[in-house]
Amino acid sequence: MIEESIRPLLAILCPAIGSILIVLFRKRPNIRESWTMLAGIAQFLIIFSMVPLIIEGAIIKCTFFTAFPGVDFGFSVDAFGLIFAITSTFLWILVSSYSIGYMRSLKEHAQTRYYFCFAWAIFGAVGVALSGNLLTMFVFYEILTVSTYPLVAHDQTPEALFAGRKYLAYLLTAGVFFLAAVVFTYHFAGTTDFVTGGIPNLASEASRTALMALFALFLLGFMKAAWMPFHSWLPTAMVAPTPVSALLHAVAVVKAGVFGIVRVVCYIYGVDLMHELGLGLALACLATFTIIVANLFALAQDNLKRRLAYSTINQLSLIIFGVALLSPEGIEGAMMHIPFHGFMKITLFMCAGAIMVASGKKNISEMAGIGKKMPVTMITFSIGALGMCALPPTAGFVTHHLFVGGCEEAGGTMSFFPYILLIAAILDVMYFFPIIYTAFFEKSEGSSGSKSKIKEAPLFMLVPIAITATVSVIFFFYPDLFHISELVETAVSSLGGVHP
Amino acid sequence: MLSVEHLPVLIVVISLLSAFTIFIAGWLNKRFCWFISFATILVQLVMAVFILHHVLTVGTIHYWLGGWSPPWGIEYVVDALNAYVLVILLFLALICVTYSKRSIAHELPYKIVPFYTVYQLLVTGLCGVTVTGDIFNMYVFIEIFSLSAYALIASRGKIALKASFTYLVLGSIGACFFLLGIGFLYSVTGTLNMHDLSLLLPPLYGNKIVLTAFGFFTVGLSIKMALFPLHTWLPDAHSFAPSEISAMLSGIIIEVSTYAFIRVCFSVYTLNFIKLLPIFDILCWIAALGIIIGSVLAIAQYNLKRMLAYSSVSQMGYIMLAVGLSTSTHHALWGGLNPALMHILNHALMKGCLFLVAGAFIYKADLWNITDFTGLGRKMPYTCAAFVLAAISMIGVPPTVGFVSKLYIILASLEAGKFIFVAVMLLSSLLNLVYFWRVIEMLYMRREEGEEHSSSSKNEIPLSMLIPVLTLASLCIIVGVLWLTEIPIPILDQVNALFGLGRYATP
Repeated sequence: MIEESIRPLLAILCPAIGSILIVLFRKRPNIRESWTMLAGIAQFLIIFSMVPLIIEGAIIKCTFFTAFPGVDFGFSVDAFGLIFAITSTFLWILVSSYSIGYMRSLKEHAQTRYYFCFAWAIFGAVGVALSGNLLTMFVFYEILTVSTYPLVAHDQTPEALFAGRKYLAYLLTAGVFFLAAVVFTYHFAGTTDFVTGGIPNLASEASRTALMALFALFLLGFMKAAWMPFHSWLPTAMVAPTPVSALLHAVAVVKAGVFGIVRVVCYIYGVDLMHELGLGLALACLATFTIIVANLFALAQDNLKRRLAYSTINQLSLIIFGVALLSPEGIEGAMMHIPFHGFMKITLFMCAGAIMVASGKKNISEMAGIGKKMPVTMITFSIGALGMCALPPTAGFVTHHLFVGGCEEAGGTMSFFPYILLIAAILDVMYFFPIIYTAFFEKSEGSSGSKSKIKEAPLFMLVPIAITATVSVIFFFYPDLFHISELVETAVSSLGGVHP
Repeated sequence: MLSVEHLPVLIVVISLLSAFTIFIAGWLNKRFCWFISFATILVQLVMAVFILHHVLTVGTIHYWLGGWSPPWGIEYVVDALNAYVLVILLFLALICVTYSKRSIAHELPYKIVPFYTVYQLLVTGLCGVTVTGDIFNMYVFIEIFSLSAYALIASRGKIALKASFTYLVLGSIGACFFLLGIGFLYSVTGTLNMHDLSLLLPPLYGNKIVLTAFGFFTVGLSIKMALFPLHTWLPDAHSFAPSEISAMLSGIIIEVSTYAFIRVCFSVYTLNFIKLLPIFDILCWIAALGIIIGSVLAIAQYNLKRMLAYSSVSQMGYIMLAVGLSTSTHHALWGGLNPALMHILNHALMKGCLFLVAGAFIYKADLWNITDFTGLGRKMPYTCAAFVLAAISMIGVPPTVGFVSKLYIILASLEAGKFIFVAVMLLSSLLNLVYFWRVIEMLYMRREEGEEHSSSSKNEIPLSMLIPVLTLASLCIIVGVLWLTEIPIPILDQVNALFGLGRYATP
């Protein structure tokens, strides 16, 4: 069932128009920020209004023009795309509020540029989510890369400039590989549309080796997913202001990479072809390698944001791992982990930012006793941390359960992987629990008893943190919040069969 | 009522007369020069648009000078190819002349009259090359525009004289080779009319003289269009010329030489001749080398205009690579000359914009070196925004013109089965990223040392310079989207139909 509608276009226009208004009202910060909020809310409502149709199994199409024969430039919204779109837009609203508190507390410079680029980054991310084919996706993918550069290099210190340069060097190089992959796909199959179950004639048109090489190109193209050894741009990019790290490097940018990989596996190659080529196992090995190594790296970090960055790398590969299982439950877990991890990780990042605003502390070793002064922040942080370690009652448990189920469903070599997941979870505990311990139970040195001025961050920041933390818990009891689990089921059920 | 058939000759004649009028009017009052030049080019542009429309709807225009029928008299022939080039050429000339009003008054205050006279002659020469259907006439116009270009490049004096002299020596060798080629063809066929030549030549394709003539044409025009490794004159000439002339040089003059090459290849010689020799294969490889080496050399530059000049060497490689692939691709969209012609327009927009921005920096603060650009992003926000748009277009970020060119050339190389050129194109866009992003970072991100908030007040260039810059920058996006929607493709399709390329090729 295909519906023609301009709703995807309207959704994408919200941040675009918002960005123009932001620049126009650059002299009046209050109005400028309310445009950001309004654009976010409007966009979320439009995206959300598409849910009922999609759950019924419809696909919403919005085609602008034909770029090449067989390649229409336009949107095609399906359940999977909608999950990512809902996550990014909803979190944009929260992060906008958080940004207001953060940017004003720290009296950051160039705030108009910041909000302007932020809006365009969301434009790119939602564009990626709603794209109907690889070419459209590529266009938005590149817009996302370019628009986030000023955010990463925001501080304009030599360190930030270096980070920005590294960021662009990695991601635009990735863009080149992605473009090559898109063009080769078109060359082989004559289309780049996302088809549930894979493009039918891809297997017959290209040789085995060519398909393997093409998949490697795709993987290199999705360097945004920060799989190892191409991950080092992500920890470096943590010099960005915290709201940027929160939304872009826990949700929009990195998830665009993972999203792309899931798209390619399920909608370009198709589960059958992946299986036939043996790419599932290869991808799973790559993902588990990243999971373990990223966790080992995380153990060694003292800077809180960098530790979270390595945790992000680990969790992203978990999503890749889920889809690499090529079994319905694994894919279900992968799709579900995109919003779940988004909510949990953004909580952690926002807490890190709140600590920085309130106390100026960036390193974990300095945070002794901070839990008593900032109880709300640290409790929400603990919830996020529990989620990362896949412990109940958080969303992380739900998806990990699915991953383990997926391993069993896949059988064969795959049934060995739950042990690796277990090791990963233990490592997670090893680097998250010390933070909680330091914050709540260690006494701050020297200044014990003296009146330190540390208190909770402003409400603009606290409220979003509380909301995301609550949602992370609600997901455990009721995964259908925002219709996430229904959407995931719709998406997976159309992909078809279990594979032995 | 003026019939469209007369417009080709009028475009040239009006322009030539206007050049002399400017010279005389300039004696009376210097301010007339700009107005006359601007008005003439505007009228020419309107005419060119009419011609393009007529060619697309009715068909090729033939104009016999003095009523002499073709093999004896000079004939002007305007088909889809030259109508298209003519519109681009006059559009860029109009943009540059608008821009020049303030910048020339600032830079060359004592040379306004000669500047506009020679500028108008330059436009005359370029138009002449484009409309003519007679190969000797083409040579004459090539000399007219080249001589004007030598003079304009030298107009700054000092080091520019050396740059101009280098160009003069190499350019003359190129023109000489072109003339020798004409002479050889005349000696075996006894005609100078292109259409006539194309009818008389086929039986002589094996003839050594005809082959030698083709060699002369290729090398001569390669010098003119600065194809690697014959590009050595270009960096100096482009960087020391006044910026609007640099924009013209990079944006259209070398492209008109490319046009001449395409004409010679497909209208004088024909596809059947090209297929006899592996010449286009060799051309592809040379162009690919030029793409990479031009970009690498651009990375090594610290002077912005020199960097842009080397980038032009690389971009000419794009165009020639696309020309080289034209005989082996048959798709309706990226087959034949489509990618090459597309990039002629795209490069004119991007490089025109970039050179005009470079000129704006020189106009405002006499800044030449990239390292001096710190903080300009705040002082000249609109100019720098234009630079960013054009630069990301050069890098090939969608949906800009650069992206579309890149995509089309990649698809063409794929269809031709030359995977190596796909890699070259992709590598080149990364190299472009390296040297353009360096500038963007300087403009916006690098903090000025010492002074933190002082001198951050806005200091924009005058509106008459800003509007051309912004027009070109926004066209980089608009035209990019237009190409993606395939709206202008029918123009290029007619060119392919004309030469039997692309989907009109007979297997």
